[in-house]
Amino acid sequence: MNGYELLNVTFQFLESFAFIVLATVGLAVIFGMMGIINLAHGEFILVGAYATTLSAHQGLPLPVAMLVGVVATTIFGIVLERTIIRRLYGRLLDSMVATFGISLVLVQLTRILFGNSIDQVSTPFGAISYGSYSYSLYRVLLAGAAIATLLVLYILFTRTAFGIRARATIQDEETARSMGVDTDRMYMSTFAIGSALAGLTGALYAPARASPTPEFGSEFLVDAFVAVVVGGPSVLVGTPLAGGFLGLIEAFFTFQWTQFIGTVAMLVAAIVMIRLLPDGFSGLVESVRTSWRESE
Amino acid sequence: MLNLTDVHVSYGTTPILHDIDITVDSEEIVGIMGKNGVGKTTLIKAVMGLLEVDTGTITFDGDDVTSTGADVRARRGMGYIPQGRDVFPELTVEENLRMGETIHAADNSLQYEAVYDYFPILTERRTQTAGTLSGGQQQLLAIGRALIGNPKLLVLDEPSEGVQPSIVQDITRDLQRVNEELETTIIFVEQNLHVVQHLAERCYAIDKGMIVDELGSDRLDSREAVTEYLAV
Repeated sequence: MNGYELLNVTFQFLESFAFIVLATVGLAVIFGMMGIINLAHGEFILVGAYATTLSAHQGLPLPVAMLVGVVATTIFGIVLERTIIRRLYGRLLDSMVATFGISLVLVQLTRILFGNSIDQVSTPFGAISYGSYSYSLYRVLLAGAAIATLLVLYILFTRTAFGIRARATIQDEETARSMGVDTDRMYMSTFAIGSALAGLTGALYAPARASPTPEFGSEFLVDAFVAVVVGGPSVLVGTPLAGGFLGLIEAFFTFQWTQFIGTVAMLVAAIVMIRLLPDGFSGLVESVRTSWRESE
Repeated sequence: MLNLTDVHVSYGTTPILHDIDITVDSEEIVGIMGKNGVGKTTLIKAVMGLLEVDTGTITFDGDDVTSTGADVRARRGMGYIPQGRDVFPELTVEENLRMGETIHAADNSLQYEAVYDYFPILTERRTQTAGTLSGGQQQLLAIGRALIGNPKLLVLDEPSEGVQPSIVQDITRDLQRVNEELETTIIFVEQNLHVVQHLAERCYAIDKGMIVDELGSDRLDSREAVTEYLAV
């Protein structure tokens, strides 16, 4: 492998890492913190992508359009949580059926309102050329956005009063309530954060993929669910490790063969990981921590 | 400080508490004793707002709180120490203590200095996750967490449960100090003879969901009078 090829596989890795992490974070926050498997996660991404694209078509600068995408998805998530999701806490299967239904309705509603596709927003920043290769700079920079998102989440959930209360609420809702935490509002806020993250993913990928269609969100679902399972219940530990591991496998096999082989290799790796680490990377890290504590 | 008047509580259609009348004055330490399964935890959860009452009223610091939730009661100044400690096991000791800051929201004076003074072990274990502490240390953490926000009323559900006897004596002494130095009113349910006799200034006896007796300090000194209501 020469220098250009190494650079190419590195860019491929960064793109896969960014895609997996950004596709996963919203889902992981809602699942890891609230125990809700949101089968409409792809459609939350869809809302972000459509709101961004339609705003950009109205003449808003792309960063502002992206902000509109995030805000629109957040509001959409809050409305859905207040009207439907809040009645389903602690009812895993019911919440899966409900969010699957929401997903179907949203896809068809999008088709009725906007047709089979809308015009894409052009990808900013152009491409980097090296040797006989070239790569979209924007797609590489998405890795920076993914890392920044993880850092913000880390600070939010470990360094702020809100984060401590959110984690406490997940561990023991009744005791958190008796400490003065409005747990109902805490669930709504956490769902809003998960929705905002899905909206951010839609906004960031609106200019990076082909013209948005009503199925736009489903492109993210496989990677998101695979990464959540491989990462385990902890968003902060599991998501970056799953993104790094699966991204590396996908990038290597895509570079050596094709995108299709890369995806297949990633899925096979995920199956092996589930067999070896049923609690995902989070479980592995936790068991290492426990044995370290015991040896102390 | 706290009044329960003609309180009735049920689990579903099963009545648990009947005709409960309890009064706790400011800076008093009041116990509620009884055997297993007589409704002690139900009573303390109703006080805390974790269970709804069917009928009757609960007033706290002059306000009717009967229909307010546990979070509102905590922010008004009730500090709760649940049975079995119930610390947040994956949060560190320091993070658990920070959870108590929301208690008694109108009072900005946080009691970190006092808590670390009462329970120095918590200073040493600040960065340790709470789930890895011993049972006794977890109980100290649960008490410290409830004290951080400087509550007006401390509500304890069997503080001796699952804690070794020597630590129970320490906890009893610490709670007396809290009452004297921070002027915190205390209500607790308990079936441990030592705690009932050494902590309570006055004690209600509960049986089959009803208050059946009230013991003043003179009767609390009598082992026979107290053990009549405990499984000793």
